[in-house]
Amino acid sequence: MKYLAQQAINALQLGSIYALIALGYSMVYGVLTMINFAHGDVFMLGAFFCLLLIALVPVPFWLALIVVMAATALLGTLIERFAYRPLRKAPRVSAIITALGCGLVIQNTTLGISPYARPMPRLLENATYQFGGVTITMLQIVIIGVSLGLMLALDFLIRKTSFGMAMRAIASDRAMVSLLGIPANEIIAITFAIGAALGGAAGLLYGMAYPVVSASMGITVGWKAFVAAVIGGIGNMRGAVLGAFILGSVEVMTVAVLPSTYRDLISYSLLLLILVFKPYGLLGKPALHKA
Amino acid sequence: MSGLLETRRLTRQFGGLRAIGDLSLSVNRGEILGVIGPNGAGKTTLFNLLTGIYPPSSGEILFEGLPIAGLRPSEIARRGVARTFQNIRLFRQLTVLENVRIAYDSQIVCSPPDALLSTPHARLREKESINASMELLELFELGSLAENRAGDLSYGAQRRLEIVRALALDPKLLLLDEPAAGMNPSEAMQLTDFLRWVHGKFSLTIVLIEHHMQMVMALSDRIEVLDFGVRIAGGKPDEVKGNPRVIEAYLGTEGELP
Amino acid sequence: MMDGIKKHLIPLSLLLLGLVVAAVLPATGLVNDYLQFVLISVAINAILCVSLNLVNGWMGEFSVGHAGFMALGAYASAILTVKLFPTAPAALLFPAAVLIGGCTAGLAGIPVGILSFKTRGDYLAIITLAFLMIVKSGLENIPYTGGPRGMLGIPRLTTLAWAYFWCVVAFWVIRNLVYSKYGRGIAAIREDEIAAEAMGVNTRTAKLVAFVTSSFFAGVAGALFAHQLQFINPSSFDILKSTEILVMVYLGGVASLGGSLLGAGAVTILTQSLQPLGTWRMVVLPAILVVLMLYRPSGIMGYRDWAWLKPFFSPAPRSNKKKETEKREGPQ
Repeated sequence: MKYLAQQAINALQLGSIYALIALGYSMVYGVLTMINFAHGDVFMLGAFFCLLLIALVPVPFWLALIVVMAATALLGTLIERFAYRPLRKAPRVSAIITALGCGLVIQNTTLGISPYARPMPRLLENATYQFGGVTITMLQIVIIGVSLGLMLALDFLIRKTSFGMAMRAIASDRAMVSLLGIPANEIIAITFAIGAALGGAAGLLYGMAYPVVSASMGITVGWKAFVAAVIGGIGNMRGAVLGAFILGSVEVMTVAVLPSTYRDLISYSLLLLILVFKPYGLLGKPALHKA
Repeated sequence: MSGLLETRRLTRQFGGLRAIGDLSLSVNRGEILGVIGPNGAGKTTLFNLLTGIYPPSSGEILFEGLPIAGLRPSEIARRGVARTFQNIRLFRQLTVLENVRIAYDSQIVCSPPDALLSTPHARLREKESINASMELLELFELGSLAENRAGDLSYGAQRRLEIVRALALDPKLLLLDEPAAGMNPSEAMQLTDFLRWVHGKFSLTIVLIEHHMQMVMALSDRIEVLDFGVRIAGGKPDEVKGNPRVIEAYLGTEGELP
Repeated sequence: MMDGIKKHLIPLSLLLLGLVVAAVLPATGLVNDYLQFVLISVAINAILCVSLNLVNGWMGEFSVGHAGFMALGAYASAILTVKLFPTAPAALLFPAAVLIGGCTAGLAGIPVGILSFKTRGDYLAIITLAFLMIVKSGLENIPYTGGPRGMLGIPRLTTLAWAYFWCVVAFWVIRNLVYSKYGRGIAAIREDEIAAEAMGVNTRTAKLVAFVTSSFFAGVAGALFAHQLQFINPSSFDILKSTEILVMVYLGGVASLGGSLLGAGAVTILTQSLQPLGTWRMVVLPAILVVLMLYRPSGIMGYRDWAWLKPFFSPAPRSNKKKETEKREGPQ
């Protein structure tokens, strides 16, 4: 029982990080129906930005979080502006290819600069708490807390603000939105910025939790979050969070039972299985079919 | 009078919207049947059901006495139901000849291994398809454009090509979805003569959706009127013209019935 | 009929001459080992490129799983030559191993093809990505083939002549396919899938033929690759390998045989000459992809081909039209 509770906390921790990244995939898909393959690498860069920041100036955790989120938000908007915006009217395939290319450019540039994995210095003191025999660390509380906080903030933003309304309007009909005088380009850019900021935060949190940072993280972890977004129904925010927690739990369970090398195999098989039976994910809806 | 195509209580729902409801129609062999009705009456949905693009929610479709509802569109096409689209759907990037050949290909028997290895059988079929398709194009005075990209043709030529492409299926029934859309009255009259000629030349049965009333009245042997997915009237052109329900349906929306 | 044979005589003898040259060249000492290696790589990459082009170019879908099919071919063939029949005579074993490599990958193409019936675009891309990851991490967990360390000591059986031979076969078969009813069906799917179905194209058959043919040749290329490098591991077949092939397709030109050849040649030479850059080399390829999408999304030869790569009977020779119709009506 205690063992299960411990695993549940691990799953919650991994799930929250996946959820933060998955939201970025889903938001962009929501407004542009485009898979932003580069998002996993933005997440990876979030961890590296943090590393760089700490090496330059020793800042407290909360400040590092803010700076990293700002930096990745900027990066996200830049990618959108220079790589994706020119392709807005191009065939969809061109956009996916560009995203994949951008991601690989970021990943391999990072690999060129930092060929080896680097340890992440500790940002928080190492406190642990006991609840009926179950150990929870300060770090885990912070990770889960920060993630939940950001998710709630995003939920509020999407549901209650005019930006959120504009974003949802673009998702349902982009041509109409331009006619109504909503500045679609700005809204899309802000969507990218928010998605990237969440990804950056996830990068920082991930780096703290599994204190090694490497260039391949964008694929090994970032794409996993993408899998989560698709499982939940890409384009659907709640689906992204649901998918993330499902995937987190499945991975924690897999590693508990099988050698850790089976993790990818199980995750991607789950993805394939879900796509076969629920082609648009658990909470996703098919795009309106125009014949 | 033998029915080539028959629908029995055909219904199609989109969510809560009933696009076609309990529609029972029959199309006689050799006739030209006009289908009219205000915008949103379910005319194009009817075509999409007949050609298998949507499966019906309920009801039956019989073609030559056999049920075709639920078959794949390609199978229905192969059995002899061809169509054109309201918003021309040519294979724009392919050549005029290729467009026609793709439709003609459904008449060719050639297994994948034959095709992959380009066996003598496959090559013979290829030649046959080129010749037959060219012949058809020549007949419609599109032969000289055979190697042009379909998307580069003029609007009128694209409309014509779409009909030629449909004819390459060697259909028994041709469904035309607003062939005169975007044409002025004199062009529409030319099209009327053209369609009459096609009808005779290929001994076809035609179902025609059209808003140009003069054209429908001139061409059709019979007319069916739809409104909100339901048949509200039907009969000879003159009968339909005078039918108060039809006038009401039109006046309610467009009011342009002559 | 005689006429047909005569028409085929010239290209056939040219191709045979090529084979003889490919077989004799290494023995003459005119080309060193390195140049031979590069030439073989061009041939293998050309097979990969033209086969991926079938799905990504002619059919207009986006598959990132090509390296996965390649891996299956490489592993299947290497199991034959290393594990099962290490002592069999190479002259018999190798063609069989390549063929079985191709068939293994081709079989794996069936489920992916079936999944493509209902899924398109982004979702199909995701499925091929999942397929690639499953193949890669699956191989990492099979101790029989060395797990993540892979297989060593694969005999070096890929000669220039074999690479040339399979390259010609791949181009010939794919050319036959794209100029057949199935190929036209595949192109019609790219242009407008609903119209294609309405015009009698059985899109399911067409998709299946495309995926199986494409993966078969990816498997063949994988087998040749394994027996060229003599060493394979699961990470030889990761997303970067797929990207490399994608660059070839979109650089050379989508839906083009000549473009496939061009793209494979250019990218092979490029990667070879970028060798000194080390890791940075892997920045260049994806960057090319991005620039291509921005400025020339269908590549150098997109949707076009050299006349000599097209079959003789296509397009219809206008002047012969009358004669041929007479001929057609004659025997019936």
